Amino acid sequence: MKLGRYKRELSALLAYVALLVIAGVVAPGFFGGANLRDLALNNASTLLIATGMTMVILLGEIDISVGSQFAVCTVAAGLLAKTGVPLPLLLLGVVLIGAAMGAVNGALIGWLRLPSIIVTLAMLVAWRDTLRWLTAGAWVQDLPGTFQWFGFGQQLGQWLIVAVALVVLVCLGWILRNLGIGRAIYAVGSDSEAARLAGIQPRRIVFSVFVVMGALVGLAALLNAVRFSIVPSNSGVGLELKAIAAVVVGGTAISGGRGHLLGTLIGVALLGTIGTALTFLGINPFWEKAIQGAIILAALVSDVVMSRLEHHARINPISSNA
Amino acid sequence: MTDSVLLSITDVSKAYAGVRALQSASFDLRRGEIHALVGENGAGKSTLIKIITGAIEADNGKLALNGQGISRNSPRLAKSLGIAAIYQQPALFPELTVTENIALGVEKAGRWGRINWAARKRRAAELLARIGAQIDPEIDASELTMPQQQLVEIARSLGADARLLILDEPTAALSQEDTDNLFKVLRQLRDDGVGIIYISHRLEELPLIADRVTVLRDGRTIETRLMAQTNRQDLIQSMVGRELSAVFPKSEVKLGDVVLELRECGCSQTGVSNVSLVVRAGEIVGLSGLVGAGRTELARTIFGLTAADEGEILLRGKSVTIPSPSAAIAQGIAYVPEDRRRHGVILDLAVSANVTLASLDRLTSYGSLDFRREKEIAADYTRRLGIKTPSIFAATATLSGGNQQKVALSRWLATKPSVLILDEPTQGVDVGAKAEIHALMTELAAQGAAIVMISSELPEILGMSDRVVVMHAGRVVKTLERKDATQQNILESALGHVEPGSVQAGSLEFSL
Repeated sequence: MKLGRYKRELSALLAYVALLVIAGVVAPGFFGGANLRDLALNNASTLLIATGMTMVILLGEIDISVGSQFAVCTVAAGLLAKTGVPLPLLLLGVVLIGAAMGAVNGALIGWLRLPSIIVTLAMLVAWRDTLRWLTAGAWVQDLPGTFQWFGFGQQLGQWLIVAVALVVLVCLGWILRNLGIGRAIYAVGSDSEAARLAGIQPRRIVFSVFVVMGALVGLAALLNAVRFSIVPSNSGVGLELKAIAAVVVGGTAISGGRGHLLGTLIGVALLGTIGTALTFLGINPFWEKAIQGAIILAALVSDVVMSRLEHHARINPISSNA
Repeated sequence: MTDSVLLSITDVSKAYAGVRALQSASFDLRRGEIHALVGENGAGKSTLIKIITGAIEADNGKLALNGQGISRNSPRLAKSLGIAAIYQQPALFPELTVTENIALGVEKAGRWGRINWAARKRRAAELLARIGAQIDPEIDASELTMPQQQLVEIARSLGADARLLILDEPTAALSQEDTDNLFKVLRQLRDDGVGIIYISHRLEELPLIADRVTVLRDGRTIETRLMAQTNRQDLIQSMVGRELSAVFPKSEVKLGDVVLELRECGCSQTGVSNVSLVVRAGEIVGLSGLVGAGRTELARTIFGLTAADEGEILLRGKSVTIPSPSAAIAQGIAYVPEDRRRHGVILDLAVSANVTLASLDRLTSYGSLDFRREKEIAADYTRRLGIKTPSIFAATATLSGGNQQKVALSRWLATKPSVLILDEPTQGVDVGAKAEIHALMTELAAQGAAIVMISSELPEILGMSDRVVVMHAGRVVKTLERKDATQQNILESALGHVEPGSVQAGSLEFSL
């Protein structure tokens, strides 16, 4: 019974397990500690973004501006760090900048009721070009020594990054399940007008979720930036696609209202592992994108098939209960 | 005489999920006749029309056109047989011109689907001329007035060689002049041999237009008479003439203080105007009136969906503003909407989550939802209302329509509201659940809730209400104490005391 609720996540999990088994059998080196650590580290910021994206998609919206927001936040993190502000202020500053960009999306989508795909497409272009114009493509260099790995050194720093991403996922997962606002997100995503009639304020929910999305982008950008000693001005290209793909592969319905963060975790892991696994399996890594595409398609098809089956069950309810 | 019968309907029945909408209805329409169809809300008029136009299929019974039985009716077949229907809200394409609207679906395309524009224009002009409509065929339909749109629709149906025309409340929003004009057109069509079914709540206009009249009540055809041999009083009598059943158990409840008061309240957006209303604790006020009289619109205004912009709303003597549903809920107002299948429940959410959705803040302890409490509440309502579900954690989408309605009702009962507005609370539910819902209403009233019940079922209104408020054209036209209320005087007021045509154009247009 309990499993039934997560059946949408189950297929992604099975695919992931299959990938791990194949990799383990063919190339046991895949399970080396260093490799697993690199995998976790490389996907930590994607996981954060995908976590926010899950909530956005649960609402029945989409945010394709996260990659550009990520670039802005990355540069902002570098510039802030150069001023020598202490770590907590740096963190707060970057997260606030992300939240502010999210608020712009949220205001346009939630309050003005503009379609999210168009608003965030505009923002995708706007933020990236603004950044290009402001930085003239220059990277931020000469960062203080305390910037990289937050000054904790690589050993501790890298696990800290992974831990933060997981803690955020768990916290938001708890909120989605246990708080009224979580329930409201599912309700609005499923039927916004019905939710309004039930006293929920959909505009406020949409606005809040986009703000949180932006804040998570800020956090992800900072966690990613501290891995390097210089800060690029063109990061995050294609990040939105990675995040959306992971959410969809994780079983969240693109039409909103159905899905779990657990699925998103599996989706990020699955899509993030394929490239490395292919290398270990000795397959040309050019196949990575093609296989990722196939997985996304498979997830969408299974989503549609499953909805049809559910719909069929709705029309023909189990006779003993009818 | 029988050879002049155009359409005959014999013993037609139709049930929706066990609720009988039509029971052995029989009816015939002659060529060159205007035949009026009257009945209360829910008497089965729309169902009958839908069966004739092929929108739905009858469960059993016979349908024959020109003596030829029609089996497996469909909108396409009905149209090819020359059956056309025109509804209260005209259905033209606003971006297309009058000519294009008339040509749509009527015209046979030329070779390779090419359009012959000249022929098309000529034809539209001809058809408009035939009904005497002075309309420029080149303007967009969006520029037409409502009566002009109706005429275009009539022209379009003539273009499709309609021999049977159905008009559903065509004059509801027309001025006297436009009504006269429409009648002229209809009489001319009748004289050309078209059979016309004419549905109207304006009984006073029937003698002007109808040749015969058939009364529907509770899905049955009660009687068919020559219009000249009947009158308004007789018609009302046969529209309501039924015994009150004893399934409505509103017991005496001691009335408390005034909870909800409206003072000359209105909302210009929906046409509700100058409504004054008092509901006390423990009282059930029945809101009666025809569909479109503004009952649902008034409820939506009280619930903050279309905020009042006129008059005052008072809760327990204090003036309040209710700008949104969440504000209404915060003040203890609950509204169970009419169209529960559309926005009453959230299909993806579990039954339990739906039941508690409007009272989540009360379920919260230390910031977190209390799932045990939620389960208790959901199980309690599931049991009391007899909601048939495999589990309270099943997605609400898997339930049948009637059970989804009960889930919607549970949600609002769970908010323990001080003002509860129920819009057609028992529409489409089975008899057992109906009795259960009525018992719950009485129980809530006994606990001090002030209840407003909108119902199109007169026996329900009479059985459950301490007071009956009748609306017509967005206004309260009559308030009756329980002891004074009868089906007769309620319907009399609901139909409006007005002389034919004195309702101004547009006053009956409501956005839903």
